[in-house]
Amino acid sequence: MILFELIDYGTLKVIWWVLLGVLLIGFAATDGFDMGVATLLPFVAKTDVERRVAINTIGPVWEGNQVWFILGGGAIFAAWPPLYAVSFSGFYLAMFVVLAALILRPVGFKYRSKKPDLKWRRNWDIALFVGGFVPALIFGVAVGNILQGVPFRLNEDLRTLYEGTFFGLLNPFALLCGLLSVAMLTMHGGAWLTVKSGGIVAERARRYGSYAAVATILLFAINGIVLWLAVKGYRIVDGVSPNMPSNPLFKTVTRDGASWFSNYSTYPWMTIAPALGFAGAAGAFIGLRGKSELLTLLCSKVSVLGIISTVGLSMFPIILPSSIDPKSSLTVWDSASSHATLFNMLVATVIFLPIVLAYTAWVYRVLWGKIDERTIQREQETMY
Amino acid sequence: MEIDVVTLSRLQFALTAMYHFLFVPLTLGLSILLAIMETTYVMTGRAIWRQMTKFWGTLFGINFVLGVATGLTMEFQFGMNWSYYSHYVGDIFGAPLAIEGLMAFFLEATFVGLFFFGWDKLTKLQHLVTTWAVALGTNFSALWILIANGWMQHPIGAAFNPQTMRMEVTNFYEVLFNPVAQAKFVHTVSAGYVTAAMFVLGVSAWYLLQGRHIELAKRSMAVAASFGLLGALSVVVLGDESGYSASEHQKMKLAVMEGMWHTEPAPAGFTVFGIPNQQKRETQYAIRVPYELGLIATRSLTEPVPGIVDLVDRTKLDVAKGIKAYDALMTIRAAKGQKIDLTAKNAFEENGRYLGYAYLLKRYIEDPRKATPDIIEKAAWDTVPTVWPMFWSFRLMVGLGFYFILFTGAFFYLASTGRLDKYRWLLRLAVYSIPLPWIAAELGWFVAEYGRQPWAIEGVLPTAIAVSHLGIWEVAITMAGFVAFYTVLLIIEMSLMLKAIKAGPQPDKSADASVRGRIQTVPAE
Repeated sequence: MILFELIDYGTLKVIWWVLLGVLLIGFAATDGFDMGVATLLPFVAKTDVERRVAINTIGPVWEGNQVWFILGGGAIFAAWPPLYAVSFSGFYLAMFVVLAALILRPVGFKYRSKKPDLKWRRNWDIALFVGGFVPALIFGVAVGNILQGVPFRLNEDLRTLYEGTFFGLLNPFALLCGLLSVAMLTMHGGAWLTVKSGGIVAERARRYGSYAAVATILLFAINGIVLWLAVKGYRIVDGVSPNMPSNPLFKTVTRDGASWFSNYSTYPWMTIAPALGFAGAAGAFIGLRGKSELLTLLCSKVSVLGIISTVGLSMFPIILPSSIDPKSSLTVWDSASSHATLFNMLVATVIFLPIVLAYTAWVYRVLWGKIDERTIQREQETMY
Repeated sequence: MEIDVVTLSRLQFALTAMYHFLFVPLTLGLSILLAIMETTYVMTGRAIWRQMTKFWGTLFGINFVLGVATGLTMEFQFGMNWSYYSHYVGDIFGAPLAIEGLMAFFLEATFVGLFFFGWDKLTKLQHLVTTWAVALGTNFSALWILIANGWMQHPIGAAFNPQTMRMEVTNFYEVLFNPVAQAKFVHTVSAGYVTAAMFVLGVSAWYLLQGRHIELAKRSMAVAASFGLLGALSVVVLGDESGYSASEHQKMKLAVMEGMWHTEPAPAGFTVFGIPNQQKRETQYAIRVPYELGLIATRSLTEPVPGIVDLVDRTKLDVAKGIKAYDALMTIRAAKGQKIDLTAKNAFEENGRYLGYAYLLKRYIEDPRKATPDIIEKAAWDTVPTVWPMFWSFRLMVGLGFYFILFTGAFFYLASTGRLDKYRWLLRLAVYSIPLPWIAAELGWFVAEYGRQPWAIEGVLPTAIAVSHLGIWEVAITMAGFVAFYTVLLIIEMSLMLKAIKAGPQPDKSADASVRGRIQTVPAE
């Protein structure tokens, strides 16, 4: 018997669908607060020292957090090659903007404090803000477009033909999703700042963070209503089976008016995801007002988990619907890597992910403790 | 050369990869040098080694962030510009990239923050472990990306699946232990070690010329010279190993590097100088060393090394088999996953691995089955990259490799005999030599990747087929964007590097609070 047959192909596809979610949630729950802090930077920190307080709360950890994003790219490439091929070539210019913005971050962190010149530092502050706000917005916009369907088709060679434009991505529902994403990550950044910073920065973070938490709740609800009323869902008609080879053209998909909410009546347990999205944000709001810091951060993470899971569960088993040629849509059953690759990658994940989590936890523990204006003055030379 | 999406996409990949590779070699080598310096500090307790670690660490940090920043693009560019490639080989190629993230990027990125911010938060030993984790992480990442790249050069352990219209892994073990990948890994990290060594030697030599930071500079040079000498020996020897594996798996690349048009009787000579002429299909004014190429390429005196013209003739046969494979594939595809014609199935099993050769014809004709002998002839000649850039890049790289051996060897000798500051001209030469390893590394990348053309995956997928379905303006915009953006960042990086070098090492503050009552001055060794 071949080793990879230990786990049935269909099961592996579902496992990798879950792991895809784990990666996205891991990214949003860790690097998400980095983006949130960068978005909050102009609001919570006015003077240079305050800015340095905010920046240094994430200074030593953002780099490891960003690996969730890179790993997300690599894992989609390895486990869902058609998704990698269609989404990044389809959202081509949007992806370029995201990359350009994200590239500003590493340089911003590292180079900002290399010169005392205030103008130099202010320019890097703008760069850091862009590096946080723009990706947060575009990730949400991308999700908004995915929920509506993306204008691509696959030809007989399974080559991707994308027929949309960059500005077509910026439609009202997608922008609403973008705002939700910004609000959610800003809440998360605020929660992180209350845990890691002290003084005026933490105080302002509490205020703006609680605004963001309210915005998260409202936008999540509005998006849900719009999705219910105005966005048609997709449904697989036939031609799929869990163990089928990964060829999206073997199936039929329709968009016959069934909504993205039908999964919740079939599997009522799934409603736990949106419930967590709301409850987490509400908890974060209470925490931010009531100054219980760790609870705030935990609630905020729960909200991130709930909101992202909601998107995934609503669409299951569809991953990337096509608006112009529904049968080209990518689903869990027909867009994965081969049986052997899914198995090999699972083995690698089972070995390495716990190790990663263990040393990441250790590093966070070593770096634990609040940063305030005194810390910056004490460690002028070494701090960002 | 006509400007189309394929050309622009290739140019964009080349530019972003070569920019990225300006930062990577120094990261690879300097991370290990930092770990060695800090190990010495922990073992001897001498504060100067800590000061050295911190000083070179500052330069490491300035360089490292741009490696990270430009690396972001690399991870997503396959999907953006090479979407058919991503679909076609993602099953194999994606895995090492994902494992690179899991095993290497997390390690280096999680610990690099602690390296800079953990000096006062960790015990000496904990900090040392942190530094080694960064060094291991960066070097692991080279391993995984070269496993991916090695598979592009020598795609083993995989086969085309007509059901899914893509390559799928058949033997993951073969992909991991690909001999080409192993040779490339050692060659590339060694090149990184040489780069870091030449950098540390050059900067330290400048301090000696200025009469500043003498103790730090001398110790740094001693470490760098020995490390660099080992690296330079390894880079040349393992480069030779790469040549050997190229001769086994990429005969065309080797023949083009050599400007060797016709198969020579064994053992083939090595052309030291010559002017390759693509039109006349000959290398003019050639000066040759007998036997040498035969030895490098075949490790024997009796086996011939095939020349370009003969390889093209072989390619024509491969194209013919490719057309049969394509024909069978069309029949299978028409069945849409239902009952498959047995004849077609057998025909594909027999010829399937030549399918890529049929795709070479797509440049001239929509349906490869309709190719005339004339078109097949043209497509076969397309497998010959332009010879002169390959020929000269290779020679320049090898020449630099030997220079690095001599140069680091000389400094190793001077360091062992305590005469590092004796020859001022040599110190000056060290300063001027700083850019050379970067040139060698970029040339090496060029030889390896341009020499693989017209294939994205050697013998499997032509580059022209691999691109995304994008408009020419989209590719042009992002390329202009990346180049402008990277250039600005590169200028900022170099100015900050120079500033940090001019400022020199920070006086080691904790030396006064000196841990076990050590005196502030540096103890003599």
